[in-house]
Amino acid sequence: MEDTSYWLPLIWVGILGIAVTLYVVLDGFDLGIAILFPLNPQEHRRDVMMNSVAPFWDGNETWLVLGGGGLFVAFPQAYGVIMPAVYLPVIIMLLALVFRGVAFEFRWVSKPKHQFWDLAFTYGSIVAAFMQGVILGSILQGITVENGKFAGGTFDWFTPFALFIGVATVAGYALLGATWLTMKTHGEVSEVSRQHAKKLLLIVLAAMLIVSLWTPLAFERIYERWFTWPNMIYLAPIPLLTAGAAWLVWKGLHRNEDHTTAFYASVALFLLGFAGLAISNVPYLVPPTLTIWQTAAHPSSQMFMLVGTAVMLPVILGYTVFVYYTFRGKVKHGEGYH
Amino acid sequence: MDPDAVLLARIQFAFTIAFHIIFPSFTIGLAAFIATLLVRWRLTGREYLRTLARFWTKIFAVSFAMGVVSGIVLSYQFGTNWSQFSVVVGNVLGPLLGYEVLTAFFLEASFLGIMLFGWDRVSPNLHVTSAVLVAVGTSISAFWILAANSWMHTPAGHEIRDGIAYPVDWLKIIFNPSFPYRFSHMFTAAYLTTSLVVLAVGCRYLVKARFVEESKTMIRMGLGMVAVLAPLQAFIGDMHGLNTAQYQPVKVAAMEAHWDGSKPANLVLFAWPNETEERNDFEISAPIPGLASFIITHSADGLFKGLKDFRPEDRPPVKPVFFAFRTMVAIGLLMIGIGLVGAFLWWRKSLFDTRWYLSTVQYAWPLGFIAILSGWWVTETGRQPWVATGILRTADAVSPVTFGAVLTTLILFVLVYTAVFSMGIYYINRLIEKGPQGALIAPEPDDKALPNRPLSAAKEANQQATEG
Repeated sequence: MEDTSYWLPLIWVGILGIAVTLYVVLDGFDLGIAILFPLNPQEHRRDVMMNSVAPFWDGNETWLVLGGGGLFVAFPQAYGVIMPAVYLPVIIMLLALVFRGVAFEFRWVSKPKHQFWDLAFTYGSIVAAFMQGVILGSILQGITVENGKFAGGTFDWFTPFALFIGVATVAGYALLGATWLTMKTHGEVSEVSRQHAKKLLLIVLAAMLIVSLWTPLAFERIYERWFTWPNMIYLAPIPLLTAGAAWLVWKGLHRNEDHTTAFYASVALFLLGFAGLAISNVPYLVPPTLTIWQTAAHPSSQMFMLVGTAVMLPVILGYTVFVYYTFRGKVKHGEGYH
Repeated sequence: MDPDAVLLARIQFAFTIAFHIIFPSFTIGLAAFIATLLVRWRLTGREYLRTLARFWTKIFAVSFAMGVVSGIVLSYQFGTNWSQFSVVVGNVLGPLLGYEVLTAFFLEASFLGIMLFGWDRVSPNLHVTSAVLVAVGTSISAFWILAANSWMHTPAGHEIRDGIAYPVDWLKIIFNPSFPYRFSHMFTAAYLTTSLVVLAVGCRYLVKARFVEESKTMIRMGLGMVAVLAPLQAFIGDMHGLNTAQYQPVKVAAMEAHWDGSKPANLVLFAWPNETEERNDFEISAPIPGLASFIITHSADGLFKGLKDFRPEDRPPVKPVFFAFRTMVAIGLLMIGIGLVGAFLWWRKSLFDTRWYLSTVQYAWPLGFIAILSGWWVTETGRQPWVATGILRTADAVSPVTFGAVLTTLILFVLVYTAVFSMGIYYINRLIEKGPQGALIAPEPDDKALPNRPLSAAKEANQQATEG
């Protein structure tokens, strides 16, 4: 029994990690294309951009439900502390997602009077991305907990650090969106996105550098994690791999024939950034007080859910791949069901 | 916790879930309707069935999008507004919601992509299969969420240690006492709601003699379902009521505004329940003595508990439960009437010529939605003051969030939902106004047709209308 109550939470952190990672990558590029709307005011470009993700967006967003739901299932204590702590950012994010989600349909059915839904799509996505970054930032900077309950204030999340992570997330998603469009479309949209992707890569790298300096300087536990012996040696591959991924994106964007490398490298870049933040915070789920074991659900609940997940997750991944495969290839103008 | 903040959190949850429930209760039935049309199309090869499926798929897409975005909100509200609820019952309810995500949400969301965008891109069989899988997904989703909700009404299969619920027997948790009834009742309600919408839209077209072939199909399929499901629903509802009388007697007492449990009860048709003096003002009862007792205990002199048998702090608010129940039952009877009259006219072979029936029923589309909302109002308000019966009171379930924060977000929800969803309903109405198009015009064989040829112009107009 003691063994399961040690291992189960670890497995669940792994599963949640997969869910959040898939969410960030998959919804990352589809939020990203909306973030790029202001740079592409032409209606025909916007039609192509939206159609490049339209068959997938709903599936992509379901990973967000699994992320939130998974936290509720596996770590109800953490869910019960984190959600009240980031109350306003979460609700604003959800409302922003309402605007952007319905825009996928409303923009087409309201044509030719679709200007409002263009705005809803763009700003819904920007605000949602920004708030996701703010939520991440507020968890990283620490949540005030007393007796296992959130004991901080309504605006604890409103700090320069959390807001900066918010901006960085918007830039990161925009980069994913730009490399996706470069790969997934052709002609004008692909070429324009390639130009945007290069600039965004530089912005994202600058943001990653700032976060890498800011977190160890501001939080002692993170400094100790990275800059003490022998952790420095073990963790050295992370910055090296990050540099390698950045170089691959840059190089992938220069070549003219194939842009899949640039997209996958930008995904890798994003994942490495996440890995870095996760390493900074192990073993806390609610830093700096509650560990994954302190917040875990009862082993029976985690086990019951694990059985289903072990069966269903491969099935879900299977048909997700199938749907992407069905809509493989570059998007043509005028495609869609509307 | 500030009692006002509790009330605000309740209003917020009631508001967001009431908006949400409208869309799934429509899309559960609609997915099945579209899948049925497509399967029939594959079997018969009649092209207008595909046109009809394509038309309803557009409406489905708009409704489903609204269901998704309003549903994501709910999955986070358990934490933002009801964090103590998550802590106390999370061990039990978490996995049920988790299974909903794993077995239903991904299935629906992934195959929705193929269902919406695969019309000309994938093989017809794969496309039809995708539509069936979406319909299956919506039903699985209903299964899990109603298992979770039913457990909150009639908890079973758990034990309480230090105020926290722990799972003991998962089968008992899922198949808790009220689950089979609640699931059948809600599932039937969803199909009934969609059938009424399909029937009403069919009538709307036929009255104006538009899309005659399509509208007759819609009326036949919609009416067939209503004629069977509406009476069946009354029977299921009665069974559900018996179950509630057994496990949640105080809810039934509130539904019937029944105060004194020591006497058999007459059926109250109208009253103004007076909670301070524990009696009904302006009461009008059905002239048959003991009718309420007969409905609830199936015996005219049967006794069931009255509100006075419970301490005031353990009673739900009586008026909302009492009136919402009456609204639901009245609509249910109306639906049975629509079904019976329609079936009679159908049998007499005069259904499509009876103008008064068609022009009345075209306005019946909201009935199912109102009945569903009333029904949920009865069951959820009737569970108060508990959020999980006997385990956790609603007042103890809220998050440590300030009054101001809850008020702010409530205002935002009301503004955003009202704006977004009224636009959605406006667009759905516009799609219906435009109607199913395409199959009745002969396909143009060569694309090089000159625009001044009439057939090509018709095709073009038709295309614009379809694509718009």
